[in-house]
Amino acid sequence: MSHGGFSTLFHKEVLRFWKVASQTVAAPVLTALLYLLIFSHVLEDHVRVHGVTYTAFLIPGLVMMAVLQNAFANSSSSLIQSRVTGNIVFVLLPPISYLEFFVAYVLASVVRGFVVGTGVLLATCWFAPLTFAAPWWIVVFALLGGAILGSLGVIAGIWADKFDELAAFQNFLIMPLTFLSGVFYSINSLPPFWQQVSRWNPVFYMIDGFRHGFFGVSDASPWLSLTVVGACLALLTAFTLNLLKRGYKLRA
Amino acid sequence: MSTAIRIQQVSKRFGGTQALDRIDLEVEQGEFFGLLGPNGAGKTTLISALAGLVRVDAGSLAVMGHDVQSDYRAARRQLGVVPQELVFDPFFTVRESLTIQSGYFGIRDNDDWIDEILENLGLAPKADANMRMLSGGMKRRVLVAQALVHRPPVIVLDEPTAGVDVELRQTLWAFIRRLNEAGHTIVLTTHYLEEAENLCTRIAMLKAGRVVALDATENLLRRFSAHSLRLRTGGVMPEQLTRNAAENGGWWSMPFDGFDEVEPLLAKIRAAGCGIDDLEIGKPDLEEVFVRVMQGQPAETNELNAELR
Repeated sequence: MSHGGFSTLFHKEVLRFWKVASQTVAAPVLTALLYLLIFSHVLEDHVRVHGVTYTAFLIPGLVMMAVLQNAFANSSSSLIQSRVTGNIVFVLLPPISYLEFFVAYVLASVVRGFVVGTGVLLATCWFAPLTFAAPWWIVVFALLGGAILGSLGVIAGIWADKFDELAAFQNFLIMPLTFLSGVFYSINSLPPFWQQVSRWNPVFYMIDGFRHGFFGVSDASPWLSLTVVGACLALLTAFTLNLLKRGYKLRA
Repeated sequence: MSTAIRIQQVSKRFGGTQALDRIDLEVEQGEFFGLLGPNGAGKTTLISALAGLVRVDAGSLAVMGHDVQSDYRAARRQLGVVPQELVFDPFFTVRESLTIQSGYFGIRDNDDWIDEILENLGLAPKADANMRMLSGGMKRRVLVAQALVHRPPVIVLDEPTAGVDVELRQTLWAFIRRLNEAGHTIVLTTHYLEEAENLCTRIAMLKAGRVVALDATENLLRRFSAHSLRLRTGGVMPEQLTRNAAENGGWWSMPFDGFDEVEPLLAKIRAAGCGIDDLEIGKPDLEEVFVRVMQGQPAETNELNAELR
């Protein structure tokens, strides 16, 4: 990574979302805040999870959902825009390797995830007392989760030829996986069948491990979550790098 | 080493279309080289292969001695490409676009050179304007500027003057000529054959993915085009004169090799009783060469192809 092209591409990708921060940062923070206000208003007096109030339980879930969705949005929207408008050639003509290309897009996605996640945390932390029982888990799961969704964004941004194909990827894969992952509930409250289904959803482990960092308790062991999430990232990285190495849809 | 671009036995197929068919081509350093051909002849595919945007099925390509696949980093540093499509990044200003492009090539603190390019392409007043705010012609200039940020010794321009005004053409060609005089190798594709004729010292013509003509511009003109006597007459031209002549819109065009043939030609027309309403001498031009090469002229193109091998 000693080559200058990588750092410029990473910097450009961060600059790209930062220049339109009202859409890419402020809007998702507001959305998360609305979820919190509505769900906590309805459920706060009725539900306690892992010994904490519902609002406190919900906040880490919303933060991690913001990290994941925005990491995906960053790489996928940047790539599809560049491919549809054709300005992807500016990145393909210089001496940038496929590995540098991958790391730059994924790292910028992680940064966007962190920025939005921090924004959601700052906007919501006033509504319930939060603890930070094991802060390293918070950082590790945010980093790995952001990288996984950033990689998925790279795949989707390269695979989709039109904006509606990307929207389909987002609406029919990313949204169900994130919404059905325990953001709004503990999977222990689900019937056994749906508990089992949830355990096949890798996003469940990202949210659960992340939440463990706050409360020190979770549905699954954080080490199991780390194993699942780490394995997912390794698989996705290998898959995406293979696509890029072959020049799939980028170099005919 | 004096070869800027070496293309050896390059083939590329897209589905059922053979886009490039065993292309062999060498461009020497310092040349102003023209790559001509009708739409779909393979010009852009060949340029894309050179730039690493297209992977070929067979053969090899090298820029300044660096293979575009196995030694792609060095090859791409040597090459500046102005793409045919009018593309831009709407998030950035002109200067930001050029600074970012420099960074992709690992170049920091490139402001002096960027200022020079902006000045030479008449972009200085728009340096801080967002790319979205520029006219088509201005965007085209930025594309040229982006191809030059890393001072590549080899510059490829894929139809850079398509749909741009006269002022930009003149600014652009003056700048490109200066770069060529400073030692840069220029490869140009264009549909404006007059531009190619004026600028290029050597020309390759592509048809259906094959090189069908390759020679110095003056040789091509000499071999495939000639001076012609062009005239308009109200009378009926005698058959012995129309055999080698072509008629278009009332104008007869009769090729000749030397000016001493003109008088006898006119004498024959007079003798046939044809009154001459208008008369001019046509010079050899690349358009005629292009049309004749593209129409086949089997004997001559085969002869050329034999020379190419």
